[in-house]
Amino acid sequence: MEVKRPLPQIPPPVWGDFKDLQEWEKYHQSRPLDDKTSNALASIADAIHHMPGGWIVTTSTDKIFNWARKSSIWPVTFGLACCAIEMMATFASRFDVERFGMVPWASPRHSDLMIVSGTVTIKMAPMLRRIYDQMPDPKWVVSMGSCANSGGPFRHGYHVVKGVDRVVPVDVYVPGCPPTPDSLMYGLLKLQAQVDEFQKTGKRTAASDPGGA
Amino acid sequence: MTPADARARIQERFGVDAVADGGLAVTLPRERWQEFARFAHDELGCRYFNWLSAVDWKDQGFEVLCRVENLDTPLVVTMRTRLGAGEMRCSSLTALYRGANWMERECYDMFGIVFDGHPDLRRILLSDDWEGYPLRKDYAVDTPHAPYR
Repeated sequence: MEVKRPLPQIPPPVWGDFKDLQEWEKYHQSRPLDDKTSNALASIADAIHHMPGGWIVTTSTDKIFNWARKSSIWPVTFGLACCAIEMMATFASRFDVERFGMVPWASPRHSDLMIVSGTVTIKMAPMLRRIYDQMPDPKWVVSMGSCANSGGPFRHGYHVVKGVDRVVPVDVYVPGCPPTPDSLMYGLLKLQAQVDEFQKTGKRTAASDPGGA
Repeated sequence: MTPADARARIQERFGVDAVADGGLAVTLPRERWQEFARFAHDELGCRYFNWLSAVDWKDQGFEVLCRVENLDTPLVVTMRTRLGAGEMRCSSLTALYRGANWMERECYDMFGIVFDGHPDLRRILLSDDWEGYPLRKDYAVDTPHAPYR
């Protein structure tokens, strides 16, 4: 059995090495290719929009589409850690996110939203990425809790991804350890507000979008 | 067999004083690791393998610890050995205790200690392509780990 040498000590990049937040984020995350379906739709909508009188059609269809999108966000059911318990409580009858049209769905193929509820380990990250890739566009991600946001208490551990935004693009970050169902629900309402603006702004939230930043 | 008896027999056989700290703690030279385990298993009746782990004492090398118990009397024996600076090999206890198998794999996984005579020494918790041994003191925890760190 061969004994591997320990890793060479590379000084980890620190905040001071970067010009600003955008630089830091650019270093840490590579966003996936943009949402192709929405881009095609956007270019068609743009063409219609510039025809005489076309703006009446486009603005009203945008409204309808966004209303439909935001009123039936189906989160894919999977929980990673203790945050999942709070997520289940949010889904259950007392807090009942079904009144926002959110049905926890047991297949990524039919889902629009991924709630990353818990610690993402380096071993788990490829599976998380695979679930994300299986979801159809347009899709959104809510990072729930300290661990998913930044690594949380395990940030300086050897095995935890320091923020799920290094694996998938995140739209809403919900702080807390774990966040209460109320916090998560607030985050989901924020997400609905974002989805409402989805086509109008032509892009996702600025916070986790390096293309827009 | 009472702890006092066991202590006397260890003194007689191995010439080391077993420190009584809620059980018996025996510090052994590396060569007598397996021998002592066999003695504890057969003569002290410690059939229950509780755990095995290691400590990284930096320049002074690694220390391997193991606890075996006799559940009938009851008697608890903690055995420990220093591997010496730069030394990575320790003899395996898997022939005596089947429970030692996974504990030694974990120890190899986290500290990189190679157990001679282990039937299947692979990583057990970390992924197979992991580089380095994370519980060593010189492991750079914040090293960027492609592609997620």
